Formats: sequence, structure tokens, C-alpha cells
Amino acid sequence: MIRLVPRTDTPALLQIATPILAVLATMIAGGILFAIMGHDPVAAIRTIFWDPLFGPAASYSRPQLLVKAAPLILIASGLAVGFRAGIWNIGAEGQYIIGAITGAAVALAAYPAEGMWIFPAMVIAGAVGGWAWGMIPALLGNWFGASEILVSLMLVYVAQRIAAWMAFGPMKNPEGFGMPGSRNLQQYPAAANPELVAGTGAHWGVVAAALAVLATWFLMSRHIRGFHIRAAGIAPRAARFAGVKPETLVAFCLGLSGALAGMAGLFEVAGPAGQITDKVGVGYGFTAIIVAFLGRLHPVGILLAGLLLALTYIGGELAQLTMNLPAATVQVFQGMLLFFLLGFDLLTRYRIARRITA
Amino acid sequence: MTDAAVFRARGIGKSYPGVRANDDVSFAVDPGEIHALLGENGAGKSTLVKMIYGLVRPDDGQMELNGQPHQPADPRAARAAGVAMVFQHFSLFDALTVAENIALGMENPPPRRDLSAKIAQVSQDFGLPLNPARRVATLSAGERQRVEIIRCILQNPRLLIMDEPTSVLTPQEAELLFATLRKLADGGTAILYISHKLEEIRTHCDRATILRGGRVVDSCDPRAHSARALAAMMVGGEMRPIDRSGRQAGEVLLQVKRLSQPAPTAEGTALKGVTLTLRAGEILGIGGVAGNGQDELLTALSGEIRSAPGTILLEGADLSRLGPEARRSAGLLAAPEDRLGHAAVPDFSLTDNTLLTAGARKGLVCKGLIDRPAARAYAEAIIRAFDVRTPGPGTAAKALSGGNLQKFVIGREVMQAPRVLVVNQPTWGVDAGAAAAVRQSLLDLARKGTGVIVISQDLDELLELSDRFCALNEGRLSDPLPTEGLTLDQIGLMLGGAHGMEVAHL
Repeated sequence: MIRLVPRTDTPALLQIATPILAVLATMIAGGILFAIMGHDPVAAIRTIFWDPLFGPAASYSRPQLLVKAAPLILIASGLAVGFRAGIWNIGAEGQYIIGAITGAAVALAAYPAEGMWIFPAMVIAGAVGGWAWGMIPALLGNWFGASEILVSLMLVYVAQRIAAWMAFGPMKNPEGFGMPGSRNLQQYPAAANPELVAGTGAHWGVVAAALAVLATWFLMSRHIRGFHIRAAGIAPRAARFAGVKPETLVAFCLGLSGALAGMAGLFEVAGPAGQITDKVGVGYGFTAIIVAFLGRLHPVGILLAGLLLALTYIGGELAQLTMNLPAATVQVFQGMLLFFLLGFDLLTRYRIARRITA
Repeated sequence: MTDAAVFRARGIGKSYPGVRANDDVSFAVDPGEIHALLGENGAGKSTLVKMIYGLVRPDDGQMELNGQPHQPADPRAARAAGVAMVFQHFSLFDALTVAENIALGMENPPPRRDLSAKIAQVSQDFGLPLNPARRVATLSAGERQRVEIIRCILQNPRLLIMDEPTSVLTPQEAELLFATLRKLADGGTAILYISHKLEEIRTHCDRATILRGGRVVDSCDPRAHSARALAAMMVGGEMRPIDRSGRQAGEVLLQVKRLSQPAPTAEGTALKGVTLTLRAGEILGIGGVAGNGQDELLTALSGEIRSAPGTILLEGADLSRLGPEARRSAGLLAAPEDRLGHAAVPDFSLTDNTLLTAGARKGLVCKGLIDRPAARAYAEAIIRAFDVRTPGPGTAAKALSGGNLQKFVIGREVMQAPRVLVVNQPTWGVDAGAAAAVRQSLLDLARKGTGVIVISQDLDELLELSDRFCALNEGRLSDPLPTEGLTLDQIGLMLGGAHGMEVAHL
């Protein structure tokens, strides 16, 4: 019989090794899957993980890496802070959508005015929108003890309905010939979030993601609030003893992750997406959860994990185009990645012992 | 006489990674004997009895029970062979009745009606008042222990192991327990009694085997030795006498006025009109059996739970609505009972654990920024001043032994020079050497003019340290009495020990 025995100490090496093991296991399992489906597994893996960066069409796909990674890293940085404290915001997708809507609302209200203030005001509005959407589960939790996991998750679906309503109603482009969706912000210079350096894909969201990584690293390792967050996640009573009010912490963490997710939504809608549609949420908020865990909830890890997950998006699309792999490939890959990561994670906390039963 | 031994161990040894928990342990327990197993925490007592009870297997050596080889594969086999054990922590289901709980723990429970009759019979024979139909949730700790004991007695054990049974009992309850054990022993049962409480071993045990560092260091008749001599055998050296000189009660520092509070959790205790006054240089002892509001009183004083305005005043300033950090800045510090998880974060290094309470008073945190070198220096200072045995300040708190972590936690507060320090169970589960160091540091602190409140279940400790004594019972605090001249009997009555204390008359 095999039993799991809790480890008394976790080897530091294993902490770093498990994400790498999970990625390798995903490649192997994915390869087997492709082989069963009748595709050449080596070619498929190469198409997904290698070609976007170094393949024949890499000059087109490479900039996409930063475009996709930026929202993932921005959202995951905020989520990881809360996860460290044991506060599970599963609804970043909703906060992302609301941030996109509130940010775009500033631009659409200002249209066609020109001014340096418009884009910063949109960023702030996006952050405030995401923050407010994150505060709903925080306050319901603090006042009535509602689970922030369930409330934040369910608010995603509310946000999606609001996005659809906006796209078909209040925010519909008056010059759009009746098509759903708002004005395209890319064609409104004062509000656009353009590529800053040609050929890199870097827009303001990339700058914000880099700043978020630095800021959360500073918060978690140098600031007493980060210390309190880490303490609360491991030993809630000790954190209370130190002077942490759990209610304040819940509001801070959900507010922070909501604000960052909202900003990510704004950068996307003002940049790559261009407009509010009913499909403004494309799943970054959920994928960011995988990014946060794959990155060990550490800012540097999140940076790397964000780039990797971005790669699976681009590689998955490439595989669809060149190999006729189904569109669900990306999700399957991301799902397997999380599955293997959680599986291997078990081994950092437990070791396997064999017991001979009489 | 030794040929008739119920239990005999020969050269028992057991190793864990990095530790030799037991080494060449030999001893014998005779029928009708109450045999004490005496030793500091970590001396190897628990490992030894776990082997006898089949929870752990010895690496080498032999055990014999009734002259037969004793090699239990699991506790069930040990029970079948005639070994019963009452653990320090009870394994009872709150929602079930006494009889149901006893039936669950038996290999072949008789029909319910027979069992109830048997329970009644046993509780009468052995003077253990207990109603089989009561739900366990409504029982006190002492009564719960009786359930466990009756469960053991019904198995007619040859050898009964008791693991620190009096740690949860009032003095009167403990007396009742010893009367029961003596009756059992008179009936021929051998009793192996584990404790580090010297006085009760001296009064009640026939023989003592003393363990130190996993080895048997001595075997003696405890009645023929003083408590001091037993302690010296236990720790392997003379105990430093406690110096309580040079203290004078000064001006009033802390006033608690009619502090009432609902129970914070379903299992918690409500505080009911707690009132006390603490003067500079004074140690106030608060006794009581666990679960009578000790934890709640500490969290109310530390600021983890706010109380009504005007209930907690430090030097006249109302702190009732302030949180832990503001109270620390004002000079009111606390050290909770639970070292791992409340007083310290288990996974954090000692350096990081200084930040838990010493950020403001020691300047380790400035405008929200952590000064790690300063925190590390403070951790090193505590380690030096309190003789904390650890590789260094980078060691995780959970890697320290109980005594060393306790020295660190107490040191962290003491070295902040508080106006008032509140400690709960400062020496619980701590070896004798560390306990003496912790107590002395509290006395030294009081000598410098700090007011100290010691909440403890260890009455010897309270009598040794405190100038005045009061008891916490079901969330109510008794009026304080000067410790000088108090007898254990008086204290027992203050602790509300009268509850459920009458011997069963059925």
C-alpha cells in the first residue's frame, strides 16, 4: 500500500523543480494525446513551444508574446498577493471585464476630444472599476461571511452580461452601421494604447506589468504589509496577534488584485482588442490563476510563467493554422499544466511511503 | 519479586533520523505498582510508551508482558495482550453519549443496556462519578478523562499507561484520580504513570524510573527523595534556585474594569465581568483549568479582540478600542500560549518572527519598510540573552524545540522592556531548564518595575512566581489573594474545583 506522509521540511530545490517537471510532463502527455489523434507528436510540440519564437514565421508571432504575457503577468501579480494570504480571488476575469468597460467609458465619453489627460484617466478608471468589482466579494465576505471564492467567481458571469449589454446597448458605436461593439479605440489617438516600440509588441500594459512585478516583489519582501500578508497565509492567529485585521487584509488583497485586473482589461481594450464587445473577456483572468501558481506566487516566477503561458496561446493558434489541431488545444494544455503542477506540488509537501500491511 | 513483573523491557532502543530517542532502556513494572516514568520533555518517555502500546516498533531490545514476549504490531494487538492507555489528548466524540463513546472504543462491546450497567458498576467501584447517558460535549476535562479511564478498566488491563493525566485537572480532580489508580493497583493492575510533576510522583508513586536523553539514568523510590533531588536526576545537575527578591509593588499600571465578552468561537469561553488591578513590579498569577477563558483573556489584553470602551486602561489611558500594534507602542505586551501558530509563525525564520511584535518598539520597521539587518541583530540578541539553542537567526521557528522557542518568544517580549507583560502558560511543555530560565526572566522583569500577569495551569509555577493569585473559572475572575500562605486546598476551591468532585454514591 502507498501512503502520503507529510514532509517536515520542503527541499528548496523541489520548489523550483516542480514547475519545470510539470511543463515537461505536460509536453509528454500532450504529445501522447496528439499521437492518438493521428498527429506527429514531435512536430506538434515543436509548433507550440518552439516555432512561435524561432520558427519560420517568428517575426509575426514573437511580438505577440509580450501582448499576451502582459495581461497574464499583471493579473497574476495581484492574485498572487492575495493567494499568499489565503484569500482566493477566482474572479479576476470579471474584474478584468469591468475594468475594460469603465476605462473605455472614459474614452467614449471624451470622444472626440484630444488631450494628454485622457489615456491616464482611462487607466485610473479601469483600475477603479476592477477594484470596485473586487470589493464586492470582499465586503460581502466581511459583512456576511460569504465565501470570496464563490462570490468572485459568480461575478464573472455578471460582468460578462454587463459587457454584452454595453456592446449591444449604451456603448454601441453610433457610426458602426448597427454592428454590436463600441468605437475602436485604436483609431482614437488620445485613447489608444499603441505598440511603443515597433516589432516588440510592447504597449503600456507591458510597462505596467513590469512595474507590477517590481512593486509586488517590493511589497512582499520589503514592506511590513507584505510580511503580514505572508504571515496571515501561514498562521492566521499569529498575524492577528501581530496586529493584522483580517477584514482589512481581505479588502486590501481583493482590491489590489481587482485593480490590477481592471488595468489589464483597460490596456487590452484600448490596445490589442480595440473595442468593447460581448467577447471582451478572453480568459486571461482564469489563465492568470495558473500563472500565479506556476510561478510559485513569486513575482519573478510569475514573470516566467506568464511568458510560458503566453507561448501556449500563440503556439496553440499556430498549431491550429498549420497542423489543423483543434482550437481547444490551448485549454487542454493549460489544464494539463495546472493538473501536473498541483500533482507534483503534492510531492513537495508529502513524500510517498510504502507500507506493508499485514 | 522481579520474576513476577507484569511488564519488563530489556535494552529497548529506538532511533529517529538524527535522534536516538531511546537507548538501552530496561525496567520492570510489578503487579499492583504505580510506577512513574519521569523525565524532561524530549527525554524519550513518549516514544517508550508508544512502543509498549504498539504505535511504534522498537529497533532493538525485547519487551515482555506476563512473561510472554510482547511485540504488538498495532494498538489493537497491544490491547488484546492486556495493555491499556489513557492519552493526554482525549479521543472522544462530542456528539455521542458516554456509553456510546465507551462502546466505540471496545473490541467487542456488550449490548447497550449491559454496558450502561457495567459503566455504573465500574464508576461506583472506583469512585469515578459519571452518568453513562450524558453527552460528552457537556463534560469537563476531568470527566472526559474518566470516560477514557472507564473504557480502559472495562478491558481488564494488566498494564495501564497514563500519559500526563493531571495536566488538565484541578487539584481535587487529581486527588480523585489517584484514589482510583490506587484502587486499580490494589486489584493487581500495574500502572505506568508518565509525568514531570515531581510532587504528585513523590506522593503517589511506588517507584520511579528516570529517563534523560533517552536512557535510564536512575531508578528509585520517589518518596525517599526530595523534589529537588528528583529534579536534579531528571535534568542531570542542580537546579538553580529561583530568586524572587527585590520586588516592590509600585503605582497602578493596568486596570481591567468589568471586561465582558461573548465567546469568540463555539468552543470558546465568554469573559464575564473580569476586573483586576496590576501594579508596577508586581506579578499577578491567574490560575485555572484549561478552557476557562485563559486564551480569551490574553487576546482581549493583547488587542486581538477589542473590548468595550473603558474596560482596559494602561496608566490611565484607555486602550480598549486599540489594536495590538497600538497597545504595544503604549507598553502593553503579551505572549500567547500557543507558540507555533500564535506567538510565532512556524515557517518563518527567527529573524522574521521578531517582526511579529517588535517592529515598532525596537525600530525594526520604519515607515512600513522592514529593516532586516536590525531584525536579525535583535534575533541574535534574544538568542544570546536567553540562551536559545539554535544554529542561528535564520532557522525556522518550527525547527526549534518547545523550550527553545518559548525562550525566544518570551525573550522577544521581555527585551522590549514592556510596562506590562501578559503571558499565558509560559512554561507549558517546556523542559525544566528552560522553564527555570523563563520564570527567572519574568521575575527579573518585575524587579525592574514591569507589571507581569502570568496565566498558567501549573499551580507550582504560580505559587513560585506570583505576589497575588486569582482564579479564572468559566470566564469569571476571582478576587485576588496574596500568594503567601495559600494552600493547595484553598486554591483548588478558588478554581471552582467543587464542580463534579463528590465521589460517586449510586
